[in-house]
Amino acid sequence: MEELLSELKEKFPTVIIEIQEKDYFTLICKRAGFLDLMKYLKDEKGFKYLIDLCGVDYLEYKYKNFKERFEVVYHLYNLDNKTLLRLKVRIPEEDCWHFSVTPLFRTANWFEREVYDMFGISFKGHPNLKRILMPDDWEGHPLRKDYPVYLEEEQEWKTYKELKEKIKEQS
Amino acid sequence: MTTYLEINKKQVNEEKWEEPFYLNMGPQHPSTHGVLRLFLELEGETIVNCTPIIGYLHRGVEKLAETLNYNQTIVLSDRLDYIASAANNTAFALAFEKLMGLEVPRRAKLLRTIVCEMARICNHLLWLATHALDIGAMTVFLYCFRDREWLLNIYEKICGARLTHTYVRIGGVRQDFTQEIIDELYKFTEEFPPRIYDYETLIDVNRIWLKRTKGIAVVSAEDAINLGLTGPVLRGSGVPYDVRKFRPYDAYGEVDFIVPTGKNGDTYDRYRVRMEELRQSNRIIRQCLDKLSETEGEPVLAENAPDLLIPEKVRKPEPKPVPKKGVIFKGEEVPVVPPGEAFASIESPKGELAVYVVSDGSGKPWRLRVRTPSFVHISAIPFMAKNHLIADLIAIIGTLDIVLGDSDR
Repeated sequence: MEELLSELKEKFPTVIIEIQEKDYFTLICKRAGFLDLMKYLKDEKGFKYLIDLCGVDYLEYKYKNFKERFEVVYHLYNLDNKTLLRLKVRIPEEDCWHFSVTPLFRTANWFEREVYDMFGISFKGHPNLKRILMPDDWEGHPLRKDYPVYLEEEQEWKTYKELKEKIKEQS
Repeated sequence: MTTYLEINKKQVNEEKWEEPFYLNMGPQHPSTHGVLRLFLELEGETIVNCTPIIGYLHRGVEKLAETLNYNQTIVLSDRLDYIASAANNTAFALAFEKLMGLEVPRRAKLLRTIVCEMARICNHLLWLATHALDIGAMTVFLYCFRDREWLLNIYEKICGARLTHTYVRIGGVRQDFTQEIIDELYKFTEEFPPRIYDYETLIDVNRIWLKRTKGIAVVSAEDAINLGLTGPVLRGSGVPYDVRKFRPYDAYGEVDFIVPTGKNGDTYDRYRVRMEELRQSNRIIRQCLDKLSETEGEPVLAENAPDLLIPEKVRKPEPKPVPKKGVIFKGEEVPVVPPGEAFASIESPKGELAVYVVSDGSGKPWRLRVRTPSFVHISAIPFMAKNHLIADLIAIIGTLDIVLGDSDR
């Protein structure tokens, strides 16, 4: 594992900012050149299985030592030598986009749609980027930290409000 | 969603339409096992394109978890995959234990393994029952439910609940097995294997069953990995990936079992894999029961496990509350959970269930991410259903073994 990490650091000095050793090895990456790193990991190093792709909102997080708001976290797995690798990319709020890895891993298709739905991070190169769990005409991105858990009545979903009024008229 | 509606309206209003023909399947369709909606583009009876639409059962578990403390979050996990809730509990508990640095006692690990394997048998029995019913074999349904009922009764004796049992707790399990339960389980493990054989005689070489399953929805090993398929679906394609073997958790490191794999990657092979898994689960339960006698009388909960929170509104404050070390919300939160992140995954009956949790040092998770197998499996339906008949789509939904509560969260 250490060999792989040093090799990666040598090959992609501009992409990898930092290597952390936590429960699994974690690579903090830059957005530019990230796709090349993923392609290299998949094709040359055997990390063929993307376990998970998710977003995290670090708005007003107490132990934060970086200035960007979001993080996109990848968990990659190598089925041959049983190693798990975590990759993180930090996304600033005002420039809220990232490269899509769907051309490499078809699993990422729905994961990225979910991140877009929940956090509003758009993915460049995604074939069909639209909401997945929430209705298409929903406003806001629910998993952001500044989105309330309980909505006030005037903030309710538009379609639901229309339906309620319709029922009132009929009864 | 409006776009699909518009297409449908246009199709109905026009007197004469040309192919392709659009059809809505679901969300209220008996064989979609929940509220799955499939928007089909048909040419005759052949599926040209298929778009799954999910989200009808979205309850916002991930958002809700950010407002609850860690022990309360485990209760939410029951509601994800309600067929095999013990597996979900374990996944959540493993991630939190990793975060808190708790060491689970050996007896608790054995008990967890037993309930997880019981959940696997429950799940596979229900899967076999409904899958066979969808395809047209009615008899299997009744027999499978008889056996599942037996297991649910044992669950009831263990923790009082039949479906949503929050038996697994952070740091161990809620309570120990009684001798009655152990005897009952011994009886079950003895009587169950011949019954698996009975089910196989019903459908294994049945001509209709073979015609409906052989060569349907073939997925090659490479495609399966790229699509993120896990569990029996991946193993049916011949990849022996099983989290229980690759990253052992609980007591799986010390029990002996085989990971069955298929060859062709079609619906029939996935059926064979699941039937073998039933036997292996039975073996694991048997071995764990034997090991239980070695750890007689040992604790089933780690000493420094967080105390369960009882809301103050419900219970009146006692004259002398003795707070154990744990998370107590009384104006101030006691930071017992170190800040950081943890990732844990288990082999749930449906596939790989992974939990990624980020903590900010307070009593509540900062972010809780659940990677559920059903979500990924539904995303693979368009690939698998291409150029198949509508009738085969039912077999494909069945063979993927999806639960919509699991995918929509």
